[in-house]
This record gives sequence, structure tokens and C-alpha cells, in this order.
Amino acid sequence: MLGRTANSLFWMFRYLERAENTARLLDAGLRMALTRDSVSAEEEWRSVIETAGHRRGYEAKNATYTGMQAWNYILRDKDSSASVLNTFQQIRSNAREARSAITSEVWEAVNDSWLQIKDMLARPVGEQRVGEVLTAVRRAGTLAHGAVLGSMLREEGFHFARAGTFIERADNIARIMDIKYYLLLPSLSYVGSSMDTGQWDMVLRSVSGDSAYRWLNAGQIDARGIVSFLVLDERFPRSLAYSHAALRENLAALARIHGIEGTSNELMRESDIRLSGLSIEDVFDKGLHKFLTDFTAANSSIAQAIGQDYRFLA
Amino acid sequence: MAAGEFFDEMHKPDGSVRDAYSGYQAWYGEQEKSFLKRKHRDAEHAFRRTGITFNVYGEDEAEERLIPFDMVPRIITAHEWRKLTKGIEQRVSALNAFMHDLYHRQEIIRAGRVPEHLFRNNSAWLPHMVGFTPPGGIYTHIVGIDLVRTGPDEFFVLEDNARTPSGVSYMLENRETMMAMFPELFMRVPVESVSNYPRRLAKSLAACAPDCAEGKPVVAVLTPGIFNSAYFEHAFLAEQMGAELVEGRDLRVVDGRVAMRTTWGYKPIDVIYRRVDDEFLDPLSFNPDSVLGVPGIMDVYRAGRVTIANAPGTGVADDKAIYSFMPEIVEFYTGEKPLLPNVQTWRCSDPDSLAYVLDNLSELVVKEVHGSGGYGMLIGPAANKRELSDFAAKLRANPEGYIAQPTLALSTCPIFTNRGLAPRHLDLRPFVLVSPDKVDITPGGLTRVAMKPGSLVVNSSQGGGTKDTWVLKD
Repeated sequence: MLGRTANSLFWMFRYLERAENTARLLDAGLRMALTRDSVSAEEEWRSVIETAGHRRGYEAKNATYTGMQAWNYILRDKDSSASVLNTFQQIRSNAREARSAITSEVWEAVNDSWLQIKDMLARPVGEQRVGEVLTAVRRAGTLAHGAVLGSMLREEGFHFARAGTFIERADNIARIMDIKYYLLLPSLSYVGSSMDTGQWDMVLRSVSGDSAYRWLNAGQIDARGIVSFLVLDERFPRSLAYSHAALRENLAALARIHGIEGTSNELMRESDIRLSGLSIEDVFDKGLHKFLTDFTAANSSIAQAIGQDYRFLA
Repeated sequence: MAAGEFFDEMHKPDGSVRDAYSGYQAWYGEQEKSFLKRKHRDAEHAFRRTGITFNVYGEDEAEERLIPFDMVPRIITAHEWRKLTKGIEQRVSALNAFMHDLYHRQEIIRAGRVPEHLFRNNSAWLPHMVGFTPPGGIYTHIVGIDLVRTGPDEFFVLEDNARTPSGVSYMLENRETMMAMFPELFMRVPVESVSNYPRRLAKSLAACAPDCAEGKPVVAVLTPGIFNSAYFEHAFLAEQMGAELVEGRDLRVVDGRVAMRTTWGYKPIDVIYRRVDDEFLDPLSFNPDSVLGVPGIMDVYRAGRVTIANAPGTGVADDKAIYSFMPEIVEFYTGEKPLLPNVQTWRCSDPDSLAYVLDNLSELVVKEVHGSGGYGMLIGPAANKRELSDFAAKLRANPEGYIAQPTLALSTCPIFTNRGLAPRHLDLRPFVLVSPDKVDITPGGLTRVAMKPGSLVVNSSQGGGTKDTWVLKD
């Protein structure tokens, strides 16, 4: 496969994952705002904008934080390259570049979603529509991943698509946790203090992990449990451990196909050594923030190395 | 002009249905109007989903448009098709021989059958090709012959597209769409399949591989990129052929071969099906600003170590002044009279012809010699006084730049409208593959249809649409 095509596949799925995670984050914010008074609601939207990495762009255009402004900015601001609309533009444009390397099913799933979402985001999104827009964005990911799993050859292209997905997922989740880590920390030092469990719920919701967590922990909510779940639980498909394992598997498959290991495999192994046998105590001893920063840095060096190993660029 | 003046592909003058359409008519008569209207609406949605769009330059946000699709097929009998293919084969073989001659001994010019100035002044003529024979001796690997019909047995060639004919993806997708919408129709009417075109194309291109190709030749489609108006077609053909879809930035000359940057490293290509114009192919030989091409590819080509389809310099054959000599060209190289006639053509470079054209401008169609896509042409009967006098001035100023043809009574075929069937003018572009082994014509083609009543312009850039084209089985 062409290096350029591999690059397009990789980024097509990174952007898809990013759009999906943004939708989850907005969904959680929406829910929080609905259950709060207006002062904490404003605080909540500020946090959502911050987490999505939009603060600078948003504040250049808005003096206050309201839900309507926040979700419209994140969803459809034309000047923000990270808006969901522009992210979808990127997804489709990469899909077009890689058109000859994806199946018609994958292409149609992405193209259909693009047509639908472009249409939905053509005008400002009011309270009545925001829910359906977020559902459509999440469903775009579900449809595309379903089409990939059900129709693509287990060849290079498949593994580039999957590697892109899990690199991005790990990055997004680590970032969401890092922005919220200060909420989780106090309860570790002040055992028994009355923490705002709504905030924890928000963290879980923004990675769609609330019901999985409840199911596994019989409703017991505590900071240690949540961090352990999001970082270490390999059963949860949006945990760091799961994303990391899935990435490892796809990089190993690429090395197998090519008959040679590259820098990406080497970095992956180093990262594995750091994470293997890690307990939640180790994470807190090191400091959650430090742990997450290191993790994100390692994750992006692996992404870089994939591009170099497989000649994404000339 | 009254309706009766045009040949109707579906109906005889007495209103009964021609043989070719009897099976279709029987089916059509049984369908509920509401069902057909619903399908008519569905078709657009289907095309938008599959992404068969073309980009329109200069519009906001690189807007993608759909070419209108009409769901009434254009039907050709097996007998008619056999006759057409013989004529097309003859014409395409002559074109290829003409190209070889033009870039070698120029016998046809020595024999005084074609004037030398015709191609000396032609910007598509490439000195780089002189004395060089492409692998397999093939210049015109893929040709689209534009045909028009004026009567039961009257087919004329309107244009030869020997540079980079486009539209074949519509031939394929129109059929897919029809089969998805009306499966039962295809169970009742036996239609020749077109779906193996990509396989035929892959085979034909592989048969033109250079000698240095080892094992199964590596074929790649070279596209200018996603902003090109025909990008969809490039990607579609690459996917269907199982070939790589490459851009200039993926390619480089490595060890005397053209190679593409794969995830494994640079890998040599044997055959390049290029959808990039000559002048952008090689910044070292042609346009130095081109970023669409590959520096040094022409040297590799002239060393016989890559096949470029179609061969650089074949654009000469698309010239409408050359077209006017096609009857002589066919006869010169095949020793036979042309089976498919040209449309009568006046070369305005000739003073007597120019005088005639100026006197009869309101009845003629005047085209730029190097123009294409329906741009820059005058349709006399549809023009007002001012347009006529403006065009006459252009003609006088640059007579060599134009040819004129009578306004053809293009045949009509019904299209589906919400008020029922209505006749529209159309043409036909069959796609022809040429290799040392054979001339291969897929039974079908691109039927372009004017969507406006009475309009004779079928070009998609001017609002024309397309139809599925059926060749019936015997």
C-alpha cells in the first residue's frame, strides 16, 4: 500500500475517534448542566470547552459560557479546525484520499454520516436538536467501525485504521482524565470527605463508562476505583490499558506483515514494560498528572514512529 | 424544429415501439406511476451516497455536484452494436497507426493526404515522441468515440477522445444503480454485462507492459488528486482494477524506473494509467511548475522502462481539424472505406469554407479546434443576432481556430419526468481498449442526454445528464 494512503487511513480513523469522543464529552456536559444551578452549569461548560481544547478559540469569540454557545462552538464553528464539522470534513477528505483502499461499505458509512452531519450542522443547533446531533456523531463512529470489522481485509490498511483509532482514543481519554484529575485527587488525601460524586459521574460519562463502571463496582463510586477502571481495566474498551493493548496488537500485525519490526514496535515494547504490573497505588505514588503526561507523550511518539516506519510522508 | 424531424430511439413514427424497446415497454406499462416517481427520487440519493459526484471549479467550498441520471435506458440491438463495433475497431486501429506514423516517417504527409501545418501548429504535438515507439506500439490505449444518431442506420462519429476519455465510471455505476432499482427488469430483458470493464482494462493495460516488467505487471492510476473533477472516477477504477491510485508526490525515479512510495519502500511501476495531462507529466520536460507529475518520467519512458497510457502526444488526435481528415486517415492506414462516417465539417482555415460558414452561421454549429466539453462553441440556431455577429468577428480574426458542422438532428430517447416520458436529445460514447492483442469494446457506453426540452447540448458541464446504455443479447 502507498505510504500516503496508509497516512490517510490512519488519520481518517484518528479524526473519527476524535469526533466521537468530543460528542461523548458534550453529552456528559449537557447532562451535568441539566442537573445543576446556573452558576455551576457555567462552570461545567467552561470545563467542557477546556477539556475539548477549545478555550482560546472560544474565548476569542464569546464573553460568557452558556451551553448553547459552547456546543455550537465545538460542533460547528467554521474557524475552529477542531470543530466537529471540520473534523468530519477531514474524515471525509481522508476517506476520499484512501478511497481505493477502503471497501464501498466503509466509504458509504462515512459518506452517509458526513452528508447527514453536514446537513444537521448547517444551521445553529438549539436545545431540541443537540441530543440528536450528538447521537448522529457517535453513530458515525459505530457505523464506520462496524463496516471496517465486517468488510475489510485483515491487511495493512485494516491495521493502520485500527492503530489510528486506538492512538487517538488513548490520547483523548488521558486528556479528559488529566483535566479532571484535581477532582479525583482530594478524596485520596481526605478519606471520607464528601466529594462531588456528580463530577465523577461526569468523568465516567464523558467516556461512556458510567454504566460499565456501575455494573462492575455495584454502584460503589470512589476516586481510586474510577482511576483504576479508566487506566487499568482491560475489559473496558475505552480504558488506557485496553487502547494500549489494541494498539500493540495492530502494530505487531503490521510488523508480521512486513516481516520486520520498526521503531514503533520498539517504543511500544518500552511502553509495555513501564505499564506492565502497574497497580493503582503506583499511579498515585507517581502522581496521576505526571503519569498521564508521560503516557500521552509516549503515545504520541509511537504515533510519530508509525508514520516513519511505514513511510507516511516522503 | 418539429418533433417528427428527429429519429426517436424508442418509438416509430406511427407511435408503436421499436423492437429494441419492446421488452422495456412491456415492463414499463405494468409499473405504477407512483412507484416510478419514487424510484426517480431514490436514484439521486443513491448517487450521492456512493459519492459519484464531480467537483465544480470556482464554486464555494469545492462543491460537489451530481450529474443528473435518467432511469429510462438507452437501448441498442445486438445487430446495431455489431455494426458499430466494426466501424469503431477500424477507426481506432487507424488512429493508432496514424499516431505511429506522425511520430515516425510521416508517410501520410508525404503522400499529401494530410497537410503538415495541421499538427506542426498543434500544441498537443510533442517533439519528445519523435522516433520513439511506445511499448507494444500502442498510443491510444483507451479511447472514447462520441457517436450521434440521426436515423435507423445513420450513426456518425462526432468526436474522437484519444487523450484521457472520462465517464466510464458512469457507464458502470448507472448500470449498478439500474440493477439495484429494477432487478426484475434485468430478469426479463437480456442485457450484455458491462461490469467486467475494469478487469478488461487491467488486462489490456498489463498487455502493454514494457519488457522490463517481471511477473505480473504492476499497474497504477495516476490522478491529479482529490480536487480534480474526475477524482471519483480515478479512485473507482483503481479500486475496481486492484491497482494503486497514485499522485505525482508518491512517485520518483529510482534506478531508472518510475517507483511509488509504499509502506515497504519504493516499488517500480510498469504501467501508468495517467489521468494527468501531458504538460503536467514531467516538470523537467514540460511545465516546470507542475507538482502533479514526476521529474524525469519522460526519460524513463523513452528508455522503454515504463508504459504511459495513453501515450504522451496522443492529444493531437483530439484536435477537431485532424478530425476533419479522419475519412482520409482511415482509408490511408486500413485501405478500406470508413464504416462509420464523420459529420460533415468545414475547416474555417479554408477561405471558401470560411465564406460559407459566415453566410450560414445561424444554421451551423461552430467549435474551437482545440476546445472540449462544449465550451467556446456556437450553436447557430440557438444564438441571437448579437451572439452571431460577435462570433462572426471571432471567426474572421482567427479562422484557423474553428471548424463548423451542420446542426445535427440528434436522435431522441424518452427521459422520465413527473408528467411521464418526454423525448430528449442524446449521444453515445462507447469505450475502447487497445492492446497489441486486440481492440476490445465493452458492449455499452456512456449515453449523455440533454435534460432540457429541445436542447442539443449533452455535456455534463452544461447541465446534461446520463442514462444506462443497454446492448441487447441476441
